[in-house]
Amino acid sequence: MSDTDRLAPGATPQGGLGGPGQHAPQCCTVRDLAKTYRTRSRGGATEIKANDGIDLDIRCGEVFGLLGPNGAGKSTLVRQLTGLLRPDRGSVQILGHDIVRRPELAARLLAYLGQESSALDELTVVMAAETTGQLRGLSRAQARAETADVLTELGLEPIAARPLAKLSGGQRRLACFAATLVGERPLLVLDEPTTGMDPVARRAVWAAVDRRRAERGTTVLLVTHNVIEAETVLDRVAVVDDGRVIACDTPGGLKALVDGDVRLDLVWRTEAPVEVPAVARLAERAERTGRRWTVRTTPEEARELVAAVTTGPAFAALDDFTLATPSLEDAYLKLGGRHGGLAK
Amino acid sequence: MTLLEEAPPVTTAAPLAPAARLLPALGAVYRAQLARAKVSRIPLLFVATFQSLGILVMMRGVVDPGDNPAAHAVVAGSSVLVVAFVALNLLAQYFGRLRATGGLDHYATLPVPPASVVLGTAAAYASFTLPGALVTAGVGAWMFELPWAHLWVLLAVVPLAGAALAGLGAACGLLAPRQEIATLLGQLGMSAALLLGVLPVAHLPEAVRWLRDLLPSTYGVEAFARTFTASPDWAAVVGDLSVCAVVGLASLALATRAYRWATTR
Ligand SMILES: Nc1ncnc2c1ncn2[C@@H]1O[C@H](COP(=O)(O)OP(=O)(O)OP(=O)(O)O)[C@@H](O)[C@H]1O
Ligand SMILES: [Mg+2]
Repeated sequence: MSDTDRLAPGATPQGGLGGPGQHAPQCCTVRDLAKTYRTRSRGGATEIKANDGIDLDIRCGEVFGLLGPNGAGKSTLVRQLTGLLRPDRGSVQILGHDIVRRPELAARLLAYLGQESSALDELTVVMAAETTGQLRGLSRAQARAETADVLTELGLEPIAARPLAKLSGGQRRLACFAATLVGERPLLVLDEPTTGMDPVARRAVWAAVDRRRAERGTTVLLVTHNVIEAETVLDRVAVVDDGRVIACDTPGGLKALVDGDVRLDLVWRTEAPVEVPAVARLAERAERTGRRWTVRTTPEEARELVAAVTTGPAFAALDDFTLATPSLEDAYLKLGGRHGGLAK
Repeated sequence: MTLLEEAPPVTTAAPLAPAARLLPALGAVYRAQLARAKVSRIPLLFVATFQSLGILVMMRGVVDPGDNPAAHAVVAGSSVLVVAFVALNLLAQYFGRLRATGGLDHYATLPVPPASVVLGTAAAYASFTLPGALVTAGVGAWMFELPWAHLWVLLAVVPLAGAALAGLGAACGLLAPRQEIATLLGQLGMSAALLLGVLPVAHLPEAVRWLRDLLPSTYGVEAFARTFTASPDWAAVVGDLSVCAVVGLASLALATRAYRWATTR
């Protein structure tokens, strides 16, 4: 995505779907959660600390996000909350139930959409959703009725009779999301639900989430590494990096960390005109990706830089430039997250 | 984190949604697996049937037709082999793949009894072998000049041997540390069923005969083979089928435990 896709400053509703009050009851409480993967290879045993002392408080009716780069430990965290993985230490309480001690209760409290789902691959979309509903405890008639509603809601009717394996990546993801919704649960745990989806499908997902929250007070825990998504749909977000939560706040609150700074993006036609002194100075500190240069700086300096590159030989070499207020990505980088892992 | 006040904790635990019950969930898994089989397993059923027919043709060269124990064993063995191919080999591969690719997570996060998933899947795979087993038995009886009168016994042999082999296959798939090992175990099991089931017993060395007695499909093969004689010993047939049923129950219980183990690591 390019910067032009970013919503204009101020147009971003803080906590896009309208969060619950601060005094809503607690839905999910995580304390000091840790998980180390041990893998044996020829070189000896290696240990990966996937989660290292994670604390989380998620309130009822909230859309709560986990944001972080690949390998940050997001999936590991949600797999422990859904009872799929036993933590090495720490506690997980969901709606008053101890999930570490009784992991089998998780299935009766939450619906989970995993990062990949091969169990449903050879079933048709209807069959996948209906079977999942029945296994979630619905009668066959109920499952059938709810499936019909959900498929209509998500616009999946035209492909309802096709096997998941024969669908496009985004369609398959949406079908799996549909299966997650059949058989109501007070908590939805979604691991990168919108991966590979086009804007129409993404909107259908967020509308469905929003409706459940408005009508039933459903809580949503969402994993993403998409900054745009995080800015627009989440009430609160925990930034996860290297197995730790490095910040937890509203998207607006996180962005306030980098308030005052702006970001200047310059795209050159071919080579950057380094013979221009201002450009030469910039070359030392800009973060360069191909023909795109990015600098984070104060508004005053940004104004001078813009003036310098929009005149003379520099301007002739310039293809495009954007000046933007800070995004969650900037906040993330400022927090010391590993560089470059988040989708722009 | 600073702007958050301490949220009031949930004082009483929220009610739990009801779990799925054993039989309805089993039915749902069975229907889904059968639908799945229609999409992707029909070609493999043909492979399984042709393999058994090929073995019949091959054995016809070395075994005399007519009412003799070797002919009985060949026809019964190749019929049950269809079941072994699908229930043991394919099911081991299926569960191995499901575990390796994270597909088990789907079931593990649904409130469904483990037995429903294992039994539903095993039953679907086993019932799907019935046509192939019947065709093989029919053709075999014709080739070896045996009576067709008691082919109906297959209706009992297929589910019982199917249960035993499917349980074994599922357990192999669920317990194997890697997907390739699951595939390997399934193949080995099927080779065992092939060699020990089809080759006439009289020619086998003592040690191999012991191994043969350990294989659950053996009792299905023997029960079926007995019905080709002029006057079948029905008590012995029922006896063999009972052993099959007991082994079937044990192997399905093992598979259910394996599932529990694989989903709660
Ligand atoms: N089964 C496993 N065995 C060993 N290591 C693992 C296993 N699963 C994950 N890891 C490691 O644990 C770390 C965290 O992985 P995790 O899947 O939680 O990341 P993630 O934040 O979900 O990443 P992504 O955004 O790519 O989905 C990674 O370093 C990963 O390599
Ligand atoms: Mg992940």
